[in-house]
Amino acid sequence: MFKWLHPYANPEVSYNFCGKLQPWLFRISTIFLVIGLVWALLFAPADYQQGDSFRIFYIHVPAAILAMGIYFAMASAALASLVWQFKLADASAAAMAPIGAVFTAIALITGAAWGKPMWGTWWIWDARLTSELILLFLYLGVIALHNAFEDKNLAGKAAGILSLVGVINLPIIHYSVEWWNTLHQGATVSKLGAPSMSAVMYWPFLICLLGFSFLIAALVCLRFRTEVLARNSMRPWVRELAINSLRSEQQISCNSQQCHSNNPNQGTK
Amino acid sequence: MQFHSFAEFINMGGYAFYVWLSYGVSAALIVYLLLSSISHNKTVLQQIAMRQKREQKLRQAAEINMKKQGLTEPEINDEIITAAVQQSTKDNT
Repeated sequence: MFKWLHPYANPEVSYNFCGKLQPWLFRISTIFLVIGLVWALLFAPADYQQGDSFRIFYIHVPAAILAMGIYFAMASAALASLVWQFKLADASAAAMAPIGAVFTAIALITGAAWGKPMWGTWWIWDARLTSELILLFLYLGVIALHNAFEDKNLAGKAAGILSLVGVINLPIIHYSVEWWNTLHQGATVSKLGAPSMSAVMYWPFLICLLGFSFLIAALVCLRFRTEVLARNSMRPWVRELAINSLRSEQQISCNSQQCHSNNPNQGTK
Repeated sequence: MQFHSFAEFINMGGYAFYVWLSYGVSAALIVYLLLSSISHNKTVLQQIAMRQKREQKLRQAAEINMKKQGLTEPEINDEIITAAVQQSTKDNT
């Protein structure tokens, strides 16, 4: 059943596959983000209560949803690596952690900047905000553990266990607005069935969400490839790749400097 | 179009500071993540390449050393050189 997946357990195959995917993901995300954000800033109507501060929504909500999505993906990869010892799953988990941390930070900061004019405070220790802050700390802990050990397998195990324990935070974040009294509003877009939002606001949101998703996929590809290289640095294909990239870089710097050093005839005028 | 002039667009209905703070910080964080990811990739590749160059130098040095010690060609093979290089990298660290 999973036979088509099997070749991708080879680091070189995965590396090349992500290398092919990466530029397309960046292109698609740029297109979606430009359309989505221009729509959000210029063409979407202002909220009848919140006015134009509502435009923060188009970054805040996709960032918050995707921060949780990345965490789930990272924890799934950690599970695969702990249970089945997939080394590449470890590399992908290590690649996802910093990206998730950045998007969690974006969700928190945009949330604060939205809370100040709407609630009258930048920060309040209520359930949704606190659990989102814990998500950020979980990401930081996972990143720290990945970097804490020289032995990447050991680091992956420690970070993997932390990310699996941290999964408990995801339902807490999602249901925090129902379980506790909170300033944060309830779910609007992630409700099953019809979202409680008009289509003129919903469409630009969806496009922004897609744009950020593709951006994250592209960033994961980039960081995953770096992780694969670092973890396979003794393999012949990685060594060859590194030497070739060094050579092409030297050639570029050589061309821009007219290559004085390599041309002895030029200096003897 | 929701705004009638550029000034009105910048003003964001009085919420300019909060809206542009959100968009600005988000853009800055994402650009930082992107640039640091790219530079990290380059650093890793460079480190791997540099280590190979260092290894190559050590191999040459080991070969010359062996010739000085009076070993003849057939005795100096890849295995001996590799062992010598590994020994010298161990001593360095």
